[in-house]
Formats: sequence, structure tokens, C-alpha cells
Amino acid sequence: MIAEIGLAALWLAAALAVLQMISGAAALRAGDGSTHPLAIYARPAAIVQAVLAVLAFLMLLRAFAITDLSIKLVATNSHSMKPMIYKLTGTWGNHEGSMLLWVGVLALAGGLLAGLEKRLPERTMGATLAVQGFIALGFYAFLLFSSNPFERLPVPAAAGIGLNPLLQDIGLAIHPPTLYAGYVGLSVAFSLAMGALLTREVNPNFARAMRPWVLGAWVLLTLGITAGSYWAYYELGWGGWWFWDPVENASLMPWLAATALMHSVSVLAARDALRTWTIMLGVLAFSMSMLGTFLVRSGVLTSVHAFAVDPERGAFILALLLIYIGGAFTILALQASAVSEGKRFAAVSREGALVFNNVMLSAILAIVLLGTLYPLLAEAFDARVSVGPPYFNPASAIFAIPMFLVMAVGPLLRWKEDKPARVQFEMLLIAALLIATLAIVALAGDYPLLPVLGLGLAAALGVAAFLPLRGRKLSRVPTAVWGMVLAHFGVAVSLLGMASEGAFTEERLAAVAPGDTVEMGDWLITLDSVAPVAGPNWTAIEARVAARLGEGEAVTLTPQARNFWSPAQATSESALLTRWNGQLYAVIGAQTPDGRWQLRVWWKPFVTFIWYGGLLIALGGVLAIVGRVQVDVKRRKAAELGEERRADLAALTPEPAE
Amino acid sequence: MKAKQQRMVLVVIAMVAIIGAGLMAAWALSNQANYFYLPEQMAEAPPEVGQAVRLGGMVQEGSLKTEADGVTVNFRVTGNGEAAIPVRYSGILPDLFVEGSGVVAEGSLQANGVFLATNLLAKHDENYVPKELEGMTQQQAAKMAADTTVGLQ
Repeated sequence: MIAEIGLAALWLAAALAVLQMISGAAALRAGDGSTHPLAIYARPAAIVQAVLAVLAFLMLLRAFAITDLSIKLVATNSHSMKPMIYKLTGTWGNHEGSMLLWVGVLALAGGLLAGLEKRLPERTMGATLAVQGFIALGFYAFLLFSSNPFERLPVPAAAGIGLNPLLQDIGLAIHPPTLYAGYVGLSVAFSLAMGALLTREVNPNFARAMRPWVLGAWVLLTLGITAGSYWAYYELGWGGWWFWDPVENASLMPWLAATALMHSVSVLAARDALRTWTIMLGVLAFSMSMLGTFLVRSGVLTSVHAFAVDPERGAFILALLLIYIGGAFTILALQASAVSEGKRFAAVSREGALVFNNVMLSAILAIVLLGTLYPLLAEAFDARVSVGPPYFNPASAIFAIPMFLVMAVGPLLRWKEDKPARVQFEMLLIAALLIATLAIVALAGDYPLLPVLGLGLAAALGVAAFLPLRGRKLSRVPTAVWGMVLAHFGVAVSLLGMASEGAFTEERLAAVAPGDTVEMGDWLITLDSVAPVAGPNWTAIEARVAARLGEGEAVTLTPQARNFWSPAQATSESALLTRWNGQLYAVIGAQTPDGRWQLRVWWKPFVTFIWYGGLLIALGGVLAIVGRVQVDVKRRKAAELGEERRADLAALTPEPAE
Repeated sequence: MKAKQQRMVLVVIAMVAIIGAGLMAAWALSNQANYFYLPEQMAEAPPEVGQAVRLGGMVQEGSLKTEADGVTVNFRVTGNGEAAIPVRYSGILPDLFVEGSGVVAEGSLQANGVFLATNLLAKHDENYVPKELEGMTQQQAAKMAADTTVGLQ
């Protein structure tokens, strides 16, 4: 029954998406002031659809929880012996389940938009919901026609195949759902942008309605990327935290676009400038999340994440991508001239700095996009290439470095017009910090160029982030400004982690017999023993490694080489020792013919700051949302109060005699 | 400056930056892209010494030798022809790396004709095959499929 309820809910939700589209379009066609009889259905349709899509997802979750082996998806991706938590996370550890999650979140976002957003004119809202329904419909079709998660097996399987062990990890529980929620939040931003464009309502009011969605999506993307990076770091056992893997890039590209969009929507809300640019970024951000979905879901790229390989599905998503994005750019081209120009500003102004960084972010996006797609293009011409850090690192740094410099100064500038001389002291301070750090690091040793620049920029940015608070009474600083300060500081923290990992990492690789000690920097690493251990669905060789810093206490690390038996696969479980100033990372390898064990250890100074920085950035985003909502609530209350007073006044004033 | 002019200036600046990024990407890609070689291709037309490339093929049976330090291995990679390229690698071997299995080695050719690998990619689960190995001969593909298919058909 579970599968049938889920499937029925999906079909009903698809039907409601059609209704939402028609009703929204009706609202759009009705002139200002008048209402179309069909227009009243858009909001309820979106809300009921959200309930149904979430119900369908819950049904699949239930099927995985009880390991219903008559459902094909469960039989091929789960196993009754798996721990409960991984049974549940396994729901979205496969193609169909993750697409259902995508659609569930999409419908939920649409429902929330329909239920909560009351500020926009009805026509704009109708157009927005129509676009949202159109997007949802495409994905319902995709699920129902080419990746039905509820397909039954003619004969129930005796045992499930299991879940890829790399994915049996708590990282999987957090990483994809957050990313999907972020992607989908951008779909709402896209729908709003289309709605505003179609009804020519591109104004600060619209920007204020769009901003929480962009901020929310951006926070979720930030968290998703941070979690994904940490997951790859400790689960893959290669000691790296970012591989420029196409799947990672697929999540980075929407983030870059969303970062630009978030800043430009703020300019639109505060200053009524950058109208068309904001709309274009809205389209771009959603295009990138669609492209990300296409790259990951189509199996067009083979990478560690590629657990779905099916060309038919790829073609389907590609068609959806072309319809939505092609359609959006057509509408943009037709309507752009109808969007009147926003307010002007000088080159040296806060808007100017934001525009500069928007352009830099777009350039980085172009670099990442081309690098990600190049191997696919080359393959069409029968050349097999791969593109890695030697391309991505320097090419993106060329645009990232000026961006960071402008980012340090930008928040200090005034809106509309400013003189560089006014922020002379701050600029000198930032430059002094940058140069001093560069000089110290360059004198201290021979390190690669990019990490050294990163350290200098991190020092300058870390201080610059707090400069906007200078001369202000801290208790009166708006919450949203705290959000900005925190997020910018988070960038500095993250940059410090990346640069310091790049410059100062120490590594030791050796074959050791139990009892042997190797030296790495100030660390003494002793292999105590190696013993077999077993878990619920794996067996492993576990090494006990004692790590000692100088004369300090020894800490035991237990890296494992695991063998899973369903599906059969070997993974390497790294062991981490976290200190405030870095992490010790140990991996155990194979036994050599003479009975020694391969041991690889790294000392990565301040590597954890990469992810702390990511969390700070996300927290900054959350504060910004809270701040905006506070201001909104205050404004609404003030407006209500004003109306009451006016009504009172009107009641007190005697009616003029007829 | 009128609002319309300002918009034009902004559009031009953005276009210049993004086209610049595109051109730079194209230039950097042509220099930095990591080309893939099969053993016979590498034997016939070797890449420049020190240039980062990828070499993919099968680990030749009987060629895998571990050096005295316990972490450096030497082996030969063969493809469809006679050519066999000697590879040297220091590090922990991928989980399912054995003689006769498919491998992609990232690294560069040394002056002495040995391919010095900085990273080895082997199939590390039953679904994942390094993309470059997908076009191998039928016999090899069948062999690979036979020892990688588990469970339901």
C-alpha cells in the first residue's frame, strides 16, 4: 500500500501543478484591479500540492525504514542489516529517491511561497505561481515517466543489494538535502524574478519579497558545500578538502551565482538600482542549479558521486533545462527594455563595489563552468582530458584576489557616491596588514604563491570585516549588519584555513612494523598494533596509532581499512585528531610483503578553519534573514499603527455637512 | 551621465570581464588540461617530460613490485597492444588495486622513460570504472564486468 499511496500522491500533485499553472496564468491575464474567476485557485493548489509531494516522500522514507523489498528501489539500494539511520538516509542516496526529495522540497517551497507571501501584487503573484507550477510539472513528469521511485518488483527480492559504503555516513544525511533545498530555494527566486519581469514590477518591493528566499537558499548552499567538503575530506581518505570534482563544481556554481544575486538584490531593495542585472542573476542562479542537477543526475560525468548512470534521464533533464532557461532568457530579452532604469550611482560607491564584485563572481563562475564542461566538449572531439587544480586554482585566483580586496573596502563606502579620501585610514590599515603578512610569510620560508597571498588576504579581510562597526554604538547596530560582518569575517577565516593548509601541511608516508615510530614535524607517531575488527555490515583492519607532540601525552588514533560485504567494497576510514590549531590525519594502507603496514599521516595546521569559516558565513546569512524579518515586522506594525491613528482621526473629525 | 548611458557602461564592463574570463579560461585550458594516454599512444608519441598527463590501462600480471621502503611500488601498465609503460608510485594504493585490474595513473613521464604517478585511480566500487577505461576491448570489459557484478541482475 505504501508505494501506491506515494504514487497516487505524486500524480495528484502533478495534476495540481497544472491547475496552479492555469490559475496563475489567468491571474496574469486579468487586468489590474479586476480578478479572473480562475485566479483564486493558484495559492490553494500550491499548498495542497506541497502536502501531497511531502506525503509521497514520507511514504518512500517509510518503505526504506521497514525495508520493503517488493519495491525495486529499496531492493536495489537498501539492506535489512543496515543501521536504521543509514536505511533512512539511503532514501536519498540514489537517483529516484533524491529526485523525489528534490521535488518534495520544490513543492514545499512553492507551498510556503503561496501561503506566506502577501506583499506582492496579485498579478505578480499569479505569474510567479504559474512559473513555479511549470517548473514543478516538469519534474513531476520526470519522476513519473522516467524515474518512478515506487516501482514494484514482480517478485519481491530476498535481500537488498545495499548502499554504496562511501555513502553510509552521517555526511550523507546532511549534505544532499541541504544542497537540494538550496537549489530549490533558487527556483523560487527564479519564479519571483519571472513573475516580476512579466508584470513589470521589478522594484524594491519585489526585491524585499525575493531577498529572504535568496538568502535562505544561499545559507543552505553554503552549509551543503561546507558539509560536502568535510565529508570528502574525512571519508575519501585522500587528505584533500576540495578536488574540483565536477560534482563539487556543480554545487559551487549555483553558490557563486547566488552570492552575486544576494548582493545585487540588496542593492535593488535599498537603492532601486541594478534592476535588469538582478533579474538576470536570478535566471543565472537557477540555471546553474538546473545544470548542477543535470551534471550529477545524468551520469554524464563519471566521478566518485556518479551513482546514477542513465542516458535517457540525462536527456530528459537536459530538455527541461533548455525549456526553462531558454524560455527565461527569451522572456528576459523581450521584456528587458520594458524594465525602466534604476537609480544612478558613481563608480566609487557601495553600489560600485558591489557591481565590481558581482562581475568578479560571474567571471569566476565562467572559469569554473568552462573548466567543468571542457572535458565533455573535448570528448565530443574524441580527446580525453581532465581538468584539475593546475587550471582551477590560478584561473579563479586571478579574479578572486581583486574581489577580496574590493570586499574589504566596499562595506565602508557610502551608497550612491563617496570619496576614497574619506576611508583613507581604513584603506591604509588594510594595505598595511596585507603587506606586513605577505612580508612575514615570505621571509619565514619558501611557500607556494597562492597560499601566501591567501594568508595576506585573510589577515586583511579578518580585520576589515569589523571596520564597518567602527564609530557605531554596538548595541544599535542592526542585526542584518552583524550578519554581513560575520559572513565577511567567515570568508577571512575560511581563507586562512585554506591558505594555511596549502602552505604549511606536513606529510609522512612510511611502512612501519608495530612498535616503530616515525617523526613528522614536531609529532612522533608510533604504530602500536594492528587488529581485525567488525561492524554491523563490514569487517576491517584497525590500526592503533599513538601520536605524541614533543614531550606531551600520547593520543591514540584508530584508522581503519574497511571491507563492506553488501555491496562488496573496500573503503579507508581516516582517523582525525583535532587540536585548536590544526588536525592530525592518519590513514592505514595495505600490508607490505615483509609484514609491515603502510601508514600515511598529515599535520594540517588550521585546516578546520575552512569549515568553521563556512559555518560563520552561513550564520551571517541567518542573521541577515532575522534582521530583515525584524525590520519587516516593525514596518508592518508601524503601518498598522499609522492606519489606526488615521482611522481615529477620521472618526474624530466631524463629517462635513451635506 | 544619464541612467541609460550608465546601464550601457555597466553592460560593457560586465561583458568585457566575462569574455576576458572566457578567453583566459580557454587559454589556460589549452595549457593545463590533463591529456589522457593509452599505453600504446604513450609509447608511440610520448608527452613532454614533466607535463602532467594521465595514463590508463591494465596493471600487467606479474609486474607489481614493492620496494624496500614498503611504500613505493613499480608496475607496468598495458593496453590493447604490446606496449607496456613502467610506472612508479609512492603512497597508499587504492583499495581495489591488484594486478590485472584497470587503473588510471596521474603524473608525468620522466626522462628515463618511467611514468612517475602522483595519484592512482582504480575502480573502487562495483559501479565505478574510471571513465577512460570504458572503451576497453570487449574481452577486458567482460572480464571486468564478471568480477564486479554482485547480487541482483
